[in-house]
Amino acid sequence: MDPAELLAAYEQMAVIRRTEKAAHDLFLQGLVKGTTHLAAGHEAIAVGASAALRPDDYVFATYRGHHHAMARGATPEECLAELMSRATGLCKAKGGSMHLTKAATGMLGSYAIVGAHLPMAAGAAWSARLRGTEQIAVAFFGDGATNIGAFHEALNLAAVWKLPVLFVCENNLYMEYTPIADVTAVPRPAADRAPAYGIPGEVVDGNDVVAVQEAVARFAGRARAGDGPALLEAETYRHFGHSRADPATYRPAEEVERWLKRDPLDLARGRLVAMGVSQAVVSEADDRATAVVQKAVEAAKAGPAPDPREALSDVWADGGAAWRT
Amino acid sequence: MADVISYREAVAEGIAREMRRDPTVVCLGEDIGEAGGVFKTTVGLRKEFGPERVWDTPISEQAIVGAAMGAAMTGMRPVAEIMFSDFLACCWDYLANEIPKVRYMTGGQVTVPLVVRTANGGGLGFGAQHSQATENWAFTIPGLKIAAPATPADVIGMMAAAIRSDDPVVFFEHKALLATKGATPPPDHVVELGRAAVVRAGADVTLVALASMVPVALKAADVLAREGIEAEVVDLRCLVPLDMSTVLASLGRTSRLVTVEENPYQGGWGATVVSVVADEGFALLDAPVRRVAGECVPLPFADALEEEVIPTVDKVVAAVRGLAAY
Repeated sequence: MDPAELLAAYEQMAVIRRTEKAAHDLFLQGLVKGTTHLAAGHEAIAVGASAALRPDDYVFATYRGHHHAMARGATPEECLAELMSRATGLCKAKGGSMHLTKAATGMLGSYAIVGAHLPMAAGAAWSARLRGTEQIAVAFFGDGATNIGAFHEALNLAAVWKLPVLFVCENNLYMEYTPIADVTAVPRPAADRAPAYGIPGEVVDGNDVVAVQEAVARFAGRARAGDGPALLEAETYRHFGHSRADPATYRPAEEVERWLKRDPLDLARGRLVAMGVSQAVVSEADDRATAVVQKAVEAAKAGPAPDPREALSDVWADGGAAWRT
Repeated sequence: MADVISYREAVAEGIAREMRRDPTVVCLGEDIGEAGGVFKTTVGLRKEFGPERVWDTPISEQAIVGAAMGAAMTGMRPVAEIMFSDFLACCWDYLANEIPKVRYMTGGQVTVPLVVRTANGGGLGFGAQHSQATENWAFTIPGLKIAAPATPADVIGMMAAAIRSDDPVVFFEHKALLATKGATPPPDHVVELGRAAVVRAGADVTLVALASMVPVALKAADVLAREGIEAEVVDLRCLVPLDMSTVLASLGRTSRLVTVEENPYQGGWGATVVSVVADEGFALLDAPVRRVAGECVPLPFADALEEEVIPTVDKVVAAVRGLAAY
C-alpha cells in the first residue's frame, strides 16, 4: 500500500471501530435489541482483504460481520439502522446484526450458523468460473468454524474443482467462550488443515492491514489465474466478548493487555507515521471518521419503524409469502 | 422422441430441455455424470452438455447444496441431486436455515433459483435409511417450494417450472414410480407449480394423493367403482404452493374426503389438508374425514413388513368403504 491507500484503509478502520462502539453504546441505551457480536479488533482483516479485491468480487461473512459489511460497501447508517430495527436498515430490519447483507456490492451475507457459508462461497466461485468473469469469492469465518463438517466439505470441493475462492479464518483464539486450542487437534486450526486438501495455507498477522492486503492480493491473483483456492489464517483478537452476553472474564488479563497493545488502528497509524505521514493528517482522518459515525447514529435513530405488514413479504421472489395458490 | 417415456427417462429429459434453452442451468451431484445417476435419472446429460454443465461431486451433501446455493445467488440455475431423500438430513442446515431464509432475512436482496432433486419414498425394500417419504420435512419450512410429480409428463412439466422458478424448489422423484411409463409431453410442456390435477372424476368421495400414492388411489378407485362407489382422485402434485382450491372444489362435488399419504400419519401433509378443509370447507362435508398414512415406524426391510407400514390399495379401499357407509 502507498501512503494514500494506507490512509484510506486507516480511515475505513476508524469508521468501523467507531460504528462498533456506537453499536455497543446503543445496546446499553436499549436501542439495539437481540444481541450483537462486535468485531472491534478485527478491522484490519476486513479492510485489508477488501483493499485487495475487485469491487465485483463476492464476500460471505459470519454473524460477526459488521466490519465485512462496511468494508464491502454498507454504510454505517444502514448498518446501525438495521441494528436499531428501522425500516431504513440494510435488510429492512428483517436481518439484524447477524445477517448484514448488501448484495448490490457483492456482500452476499452474514450467516449465523457457524461454517455454513463456506460451501456457498465455493458455489459463488464456481458460478464465476462458469460465467467466465474472473471474479473470486471470499469466505471470512472464525476459528470455531474449522471444526464444522461444512468447512471440510467446502475445502475439498473447492480444491478438486480448482475454484477461485479464498477461505480467510479470523483466528481470535476463542471459539465463542472456549479456547480453540483446547478443542482442536492441530495448533493452527485453519492453516494446518490446508495440506490435507492440497492447497496453500498461510498464517498472517490479522492486526496488520498491510500484511493482510498483501497476502489476500497474492492468493486472489492466484485464484483469478485459475490456480484454485487458498486458506489464510489471520491472527487477531476480540476487544469485546463473544456477544453482548459475554464479559469475557475467562481471558487472562495479561493476554488481553498484550493483544490490546497490538490494536490494528495503532499499528496502521505507526506505519503511516513511519512512511512520513504527519500525525495531524492521521488525526484529520480520525475526525472525519468520528463525524461520519455521529451523523450515521443520528440518521439511523431518526429512521422509521418497519410497517408490520412487511413481516409477510420477501419470502418468495414475487415479494410475497403465500404458501397456497 | 418416442411417444412413450418412463418416469426415470423423464427426469433426464426434463432437465435436458431446460439445459438446452438456458445456459445458466447446471447440474451437480454424486454419480450424476458418466454414471448417469444411481437411478439412471441423469443418463445422457454429461454426453450432451459436457463436464462444464454436469458436475460429479464428492460425497459431500453440505457442499453440494451449499455450493448450489452460492451459485444460485450469483447468476446460475443449479440443479443439485441428493441421491436418496433420506440424505437430505445430511444437508438439513442448507434446506432449513440457509436457502429458504436468505431472501427474507436480507430484506429481499437475494434470490435463490435452485432445484434440489432427490429420490424419495419406499416400496423397493431399501431399508430404513433409504426408503423414507421425507416431503414433510421440507413442508415444515417457510421458503421452500415442494414438487412431487406422479407421471412422466408431470416430471417433465414440473421440472421445467421448478428450474424456471426464481424460488428454491425441492423436487421429489419417487423411487417406486421410476419404471412407470406414460405419454411423452410436447416440447415446452410446463406444469405450473401449485396446480393440482383431478386425475379421475367421481361423485362419492375425494381421494387426495401425492406421488406414489396417486396410482394407489387410482387402483383403489377402480376397486371401489366395481362396488358402486365413485371416487374422485386429486393429485396434489405440489405441497408448496398447495392447491386447496382444487381440493375444496372436489369436496363440493363429493362431500367426503380421504387423504392418502405415504409418510407417517404423525405430522403428515394430510393433516394440513384436513385442517384447511375443517377451517374453510366444513360445511362441504357430509362425513368425517379419513387419513390413510404410513405407520410411525422406521421403514422395515422385508416386503411383507414394508407393505404393512405403507398405505396399500386395500387400506385405501377399506377406509373409503367405511366412509361411504357413514
